[in-house]
Amino acid sequence: MLRREDAMNSVFYISAAVAILSTVMVITRLNAVHALLYMIVSLLSVALIFFVLGAPFAAALEVIIYAGAIMVLFVFVIMMLNLGERARTQEALWLKPGTWMGPSLLALVLALELVYILAGTGVTPVTPAEITPKQVGIALFGPYLLGVELASLLLLAGLVAAYHLGRRAGQSDSGTGDKS
Amino acid sequence: MASLPMEHGLILAAILFSLGLAGVLVRRNIIFMLLSVEIMLNAAGLAFIVAGYAQGQPDGQVMFIFILTMAAAKVSVALALVLQFYRGFKTLDVDAADRMRG
Repeated sequence: MLRREDAMNSVFYISAAVAILSTVMVITRLNAVHALLYMIVSLLSVALIFFVLGAPFAAALEVIIYAGAIMVLFVFVIMMLNLGERARTQEALWLKPGTWMGPSLLALVLALELVYILAGTGVTPVTPAEITPKQVGIALFGPYLLGVELASLLLLAGLVAAYHLGRRAGQSDSGTGDKS
Repeated sequence: MASLPMEHGLILAAILFSLGLAGVLVRRNIIFMLLSVEIMLNAAGLAFIVAGYAQGQPDGQVMFIFILTMAAAKVSVALALVLQFYRGFKTLDVDAADRMRG
């Protein structure tokens, strides 16, 4: 009979393995849509990890905003570009072992160093406590109010920039004779 | 609720971050590079959540929300740029944009 905490720990390790495997698949796929679907799997497993770590609000946001909104934006752009088979053969040409071996080796060395440093510091005792959305909201609109205002400014800037870039593209497509 | 050592969560974040870094370095397709940057941002968010879990404080989740906002703004601008890029160069190869003024 497993204790509940042990079961939750296994949930963490299993979803960590799923996250790592699906992320490896994301960076190795040739077809962009396949990579996006693997990315959604990775994000969902990270959301599960958030839930296990007592952050249900962050888990919900991860599913709604990352897996929901941001990935759908990527899907829309890929659909608009309409790449097809030609892009896949191009990717196959680019992804030769000589190309990916060097950077992957360097990233692997960095990852091993990070893991070595983190594993060498010993185990920090943790007192598990679930952090409710209410606590997060109180912190967000209390000490972090200035950050919220800055984030709203950032979102406004993103909105204006996306509108500006998208509008210019639309004008050059419509062929009104504007040869600027 | 799990009772994990904080280091295991941080190791997972480090591995995911390195995978994203490898993706940025290896791929030449600009969409895959953006996706890899998303992986790295997500790993940073995971590190914040793990830190908040270890301290029992909501600050980690607050920082995760800020990272989420930043990622959303970045993706909207970057994908609009990708559309412009594809209209201009008819390819998604980042090497096509190695000169100023196209």
